[in-house]
Amino acid sequence: MSKEPVAVVGIGQTKHVAARRDVSIAGLVREAARRALDDAELTWADIDAVVIGKAPDFFEGVMMPELYLADALGAVGKPMLRVHTAGSVGGSTALVAANLVAASVHGTVLTLAFEKQSESNAMWGLSLPIPFQQPLLAGAGGFFAPHVRAYMRRSGAPDTVGSLVAYKDRRNALKNPYAHLHEHDITLEKVQASPMLWDPIRYSETCPSSDGACAMVLTDRAGAARAPRPPAWMLGGAMRSEPTLFAGKDAVSPQAGKDCAADVYRQAGIADPRRDIDAVEMYVPFSWYEPMWLENLGFAAEGEGWKLTEAGVTELDGDLPVNMSGGVLSTNPIGASGMIRFAEAALQVRGQAGEHQVERARKVLGHAYGGGSQFFSMWLVGSAPPDA
Amino acid sequence: MNREIAVVAFAQTDHRRTSEELSEVEMLMPVLHDVLGQTGLKTADIGFTCSGSSDYLAGRAFSFTLALDGVGAWPPISESHVEMDGAWALYEAWTKLLTGDADTALVYSYGKSSPGPLRDVLTRQLDPYYVAPLWPDSVALAALQAQALIDAGDTDEPALAAVAARSRADATANSHAQLRGPVPHGEYVVRPLRTGDCPPIGDGAAAVILAAGERARNLCARPAWIRGVDHRIEAHSLGVRDLTDSPSTRLAAEKAGAFERPVDTAELHAPFTSQEVVLRKALKLDDGVRVNPSGGALAANPVMAAGLIRIGEAAARVHRGESDRALAHATSGPCLQQNLVAVLEGDPR
Repeated sequence: MSKEPVAVVGIGQTKHVAARRDVSIAGLVREAARRALDDAELTWADIDAVVIGKAPDFFEGVMMPELYLADALGAVGKPMLRVHTAGSVGGSTALVAANLVAASVHGTVLTLAFEKQSESNAMWGLSLPIPFQQPLLAGAGGFFAPHVRAYMRRSGAPDTVGSLVAYKDRRNALKNPYAHLHEHDITLEKVQASPMLWDPIRYSETCPSSDGACAMVLTDRAGAARAPRPPAWMLGGAMRSEPTLFAGKDAVSPQAGKDCAADVYRQAGIADPRRDIDAVEMYVPFSWYEPMWLENLGFAAEGEGWKLTEAGVTELDGDLPVNMSGGVLSTNPIGASGMIRFAEAALQVRGQAGEHQVERARKVLGHAYGGGSQFFSMWLVGSAPPDA
Repeated sequence: MNREIAVVAFAQTDHRRTSEELSEVEMLMPVLHDVLGQTGLKTADIGFTCSGSSDYLAGRAFSFTLALDGVGAWPPISESHVEMDGAWALYEAWTKLLTGDADTALVYSYGKSSPGPLRDVLTRQLDPYYVAPLWPDSVALAALQAQALIDAGDTDEPALAAVAARSRADATANSHAQLRGPVPHGEYVVRPLRTGDCPPIGDGAAAVILAAGERARNLCARPAWIRGVDHRIEAHSLGVRDLTDSPSTRLAAEKAGAFERPVDTAELHAPFTSQEVVLRKALKLDDGVRVNPSGGALAANPVMAAGLIRIGEAAARVHRGESDRALAHATSGPCLQQNLVAVLEGDPR
């Protein structure tokens, strides 16, 4: 028994902005879906099933919005699945869709993730009311800042590393027409002078709140053969979860992240990720998560990740470019952020990333995480099919 | 790719009007222990875990993350979640097993309707621009559907009352059911639907274990093999649908192979009596088919779990040798907008 290979043949996203007041939720998702279909030169009739993902329904105030979105996404008469795995959901959604193709249940699947955060206030949406959480936290930054401080203490990283990540990602975003933040006058000094929000995380080291959607068309070998543009091939994909809080949890480098990466590398035959993988789109909502995930994903030894960042290895022209698109630090429609990572990885191996294209990007990792650093989803895509 | 996959264990809570003394995790834990105990499996033996629930019932974001504590996800597990009824979590797990990446799966879902006014909460499911601002509640929308059926000559009020009475009479044999035995048919809630035509509002949870091939035979004396499962969605706007029919159910049943041979049992997720009429028609069920021997959603309707319970009840009848070929159905959305059909079979006796 062998799995059907999965190819990405269409990618579409909206221009991510703070508030898309010109479109409804249906209009927003349809825009991304339409662009993915156009990229694949397919029509709605070519799609067998739709798999949609987003983060908490409270962000838009619509319960299970996929019911209302069935028409806009051409899903009437078709199977439609709705995934929700917290911040990792964009990645998980793509993996659920990929499984439908891999299991030969469907030939061609449209997968899409979105968030229209201007409909509410995401920070307070993420701050659970008493009695579900202690009244200490305001938004995700309050939750993650202590873990960043733990990393700094553990690794001895100089406190400037976070600002280097933010400065890099915001400059990369200038080369990505879909990125939300286009700060043409960005300087390292400005990042370092921005207000402290959750010590040690400064304002310029946090993600924005965006309206946006991202869609992909996934298909089987036969579909890939008909594709008008080079496909990206899925070489490995996995999800891992662990509880939010428990004695012995390593919040800095969670075991679930390590296990998830190891599973992907095993499937893809990656022996040394630092050598075998050409670039990474990883989920970095707060700058310091770049060095933290470099270690968690096996690109650097424990305590050494910040040295790659400091040495410029993760720059667009570095040896291991990270977040070529500008990353979550430049664009964050939460439910879509994971899928944007997966889609950007696919764009790179298809050679269609435009100004932020990495030369000779043959194997690129897409990574997403969510909850209290507990849900992980990743895929590795390549320019050549898995059996090649 | 033809991989045989079966439901090998099923468990559910006693469904009750309120479970305010229990958290979701506390409600779920006994059910998880029950299915694991039936198979002798431990969490670490499970290849994939998938759940279904809704933040809108819990009233807080990421409500499913704490439920994960009940699973004991350590060492880390391969896991996913759908913001849908657990029947769709089972569908995702089924596709995962089909790929060969896992041989066993734990599927669970839960819903606590008691913390909020459910009829109001479900209005938040509707088109947020044109319909939700009017707050048309779930009973009112089902009443539109019931009236359309009566107008079309497909049913009448006494026939609906008979569906209610049969369901609650059957539920006397189901210790988990919330409404059992003689229940007064009551006054109109929204004409033509009376209290008895509506499901009870309640809290509950359910869990199922799936296994592939020989693994299933080792874990269960008579596995309920999933011969087919498919789901389809219809347009959202009620104004563009024929509410007396369910083309999505019929299509899902066709794709699941339900019409290839007759079934002996059908567990239908019909929260309202009138919806059983629609589903019987769409599924072409004749009087020889035993419909909702568990009492169905009219006896217990924990939102987000009631669909998975239909699959579990159908599978349990196959396990017990009370059915050889059963159909299970789950629904979501207003007036049966989205429907899933599974066909389960036991090995020949």
